[in-house]
Amino acid sequence: MIKKQFAAIGMVAVLSQSVIAEEAVKQEMADEMRRPWQTQRPIVTSSAFNPAVSLILYGTYSRFTKNYHEEIHGFAPAADAHGATREGLSLQGSELVVSSNIDDKFYGLIIVRLEDDKTKVEEAFFQTLALPQGLTLKGGRFLSGIGYLNEQHPHFWDFVDIALPYRAMLGGNYGDDGVQLRWVAPAPLFVEAGAEVLRGENFPAGGAAKRGAGARSVFVNLGDDVGASHSWRAGVARLEADAQGRVFEDDAHNQYSFTGKAPLNIANFVWKWAPLRNPAVTNFKFQAEYFQRDENGKYTFGAPAQEVNYGPRQSGWYAQAVYQFMPRWRVGARYDELKGGTPPMELADTLLDAEGHKPRRASMMVDFSNSAFSRLRVQFSHNQTAPKDANEVYLQYIMSLGAHGAHKF
Amino acid sequence: MKKAFLHFLTFSLLLFHIPVSAALRVFACEPEWGALAAELGGPAVNVYTATTGLQDPHLVEARPSLIAQMRRTDLVVCTGGDLEQGWLPLLFQQAGNSRVQPGGPGYFEAAAFVTLLEVPSRLDRAEGDIHAMGNPHLHLDPRNIALVAAGLAKRLAQIDSVNAVHYQARHDDFSRRWTQAMRRWEQQGAPLKGLAIVTQHKSWSYLNNWLGLRDIATLEPKPGVPPSSAYLSQVLAQLRQRPAKMIIRAAYQDVRPSRWLSERANIPAVELPYTVGGSDQARDLFGLFDDTLARLLKAAQ
Repeated sequence: MIKKQFAAIGMVAVLSQSVIAEEAVKQEMADEMRRPWQTQRPIVTSSAFNPAVSLILYGTYSRFTKNYHEEIHGFAPAADAHGATREGLSLQGSELVVSSNIDDKFYGLIIVRLEDDKTKVEEAFFQTLALPQGLTLKGGRFLSGIGYLNEQHPHFWDFVDIALPYRAMLGGNYGDDGVQLRWVAPAPLFVEAGAEVLRGENFPAGGAAKRGAGARSVFVNLGDDVGASHSWRAGVARLEADAQGRVFEDDAHNQYSFTGKAPLNIANFVWKWAPLRNPAVTNFKFQAEYFQRDENGKYTFGAPAQEVNYGPRQSGWYAQAVYQFMPRWRVGARYDELKGGTPPMELADTLLDAEGHKPRRASMMVDFSNSAFSRLRVQFSHNQTAPKDANEVYLQYIMSLGAHGAHKF
Repeated sequence: MKKAFLHFLTFSLLLFHIPVSAALRVFACEPEWGALAAELGGPAVNVYTATTGLQDPHLVEARPSLIAQMRRTDLVVCTGGDLEQGWLPLLFQQAGNSRVQPGGPGYFEAAAFVTLLEVPSRLDRAEGDIHAMGNPHLHLDPRNIALVAAGLAKRLAQIDSVNAVHYQARHDDFSRRWTQAMRRWEQQGAPLKGLAIVTQHKSWSYLNNWLGLRDIATLEPKPGVPPSSAYLSQVLAQLRQRPAKMIIRAAYQDVRPSRWLSERANIPAVELPYTVGGSDQARDLFGLFDDTLARLLKAAQ
């Protein structure tokens, strides 16, 4: 794709240099159209342009009522979460995506998130194209294949922020360094199974336990079409993350460190409708996921340090529907909810104590996409993640420059 | 005499040649290539067509069912020219099928066999969702179908060499029938030459180029940007200055913009099948062009 852009820039430069050149190009194009129809060009695909580059720009304006809390009561926040948004005018971080077939056997991709004070490699992996028997191996840093939303980058979210179960239990999305093996069954029904071993550095893991192999996951997804207009995908996944000294800090700068296991089970379901598979005018998407986890270990906190056993059963779910009611315009609604469980007495009144409160939120959004490359969105959320309610209003833009982003189902 | 004998030979080959081994699995991105693969492969191939004539080929999702089909296929036949870039690369990456990766013999791209029209001299997204390699809607010129058919027959014979004779024979037969049909269509289409038309999207450039239709306005302000009412009013004003004979849209396209304009400009809006399966009559490639011409001629009267 970069070649293509260079070619375009070059072409524009030539055109602006002289009118004669422009005439020549026009003439050449006219000749091209008259040329007999037997020329054979080499095979060209987008992957022939080495590599495909795209840049995603997004930003928000957000306004919260005064009771807004970023933290979700009853859940330890991730140190480096994205999923929550700053108030006011704000750039949410830009993403640079570069991908390409490396050769006939490998494909590679890197996604770098650019923020004011840092650059973060969100994903950087290679993936095989030529393993036999429907197998695909991925290695490097990548977003885990668990759940439905986990692999999606923020620019593809249907709402400004990610659903609460993801924010509370995966710190946004869970990505880490590791390897993934995936297998697709040779069957008319889509059956995909995968397993991953990951470093275990990032939330909900921490400290790269087991000599840097502190997280493991397995997932199975099924999917098919129903009739001429419906299709679905459903899956289950399990992530076993080891946390070693996973720390968070509350508003008063007290540190809480967790060491133990954080197993998480996810069930997900997506249903899409487009009349006769043609989503151009109207289409509909429903998705829901259920999370359940049993963190089991010890919290160390306070001065002098005290240690308590921690093992509440927590769960959460969300369901959302997005409807394109006319070309370019979509409306969506989402409800998400969490169940915090009860922490030990010693952790009462800390951030880990939901105080019997059930964090939940309801959101509505409308977005407008002028083309496949630009989207403007307004979202309203009624947030009850903390004991006091808050309302949130967001205006957001998502713009992509460069290569066509192909998105998974 | 010699020709008749050759035809006889072709026919007997077709009748008595029983393909060896299990049917070759073909994954066709668009219905026109599915229909062509079926013409050339006959009983030797098992064709799965990923999209229908009522689907917008630009807006296809990498659905789980497509991944499952891609996983099992031996040959992928697509338009190329970036038409499928929003979904096909994902299928290649997700299906784990090493036999059909681009660059290998298991991936066939029609665009490689024809000269693409409208290669942009300026690549600027302000011009809309333009295809950098040129207009990829190339199948609506039957001369292109003939070129692609020759290439595809060779590829089938290469991949499934046991049945090479079978593909050769079927291609000879198809090519003969196609040449005849083309002659007929060109005669039928002669009155359409020079006719001014309005199109919804630049999907008709090859048809226009073949029949000599003049595309004087497009309902999409920019390729891939849906028509807005403000822009349609502009087109209407333009049509009052320079009238057109009809408005053309594909069966998969939204009916409202062309209907709106048709009522106000007082010219017929014609729905064309665009590809195989786009109308009841367009059951195969021959039916596609028969029906397209019949509808155009009817509207031109």
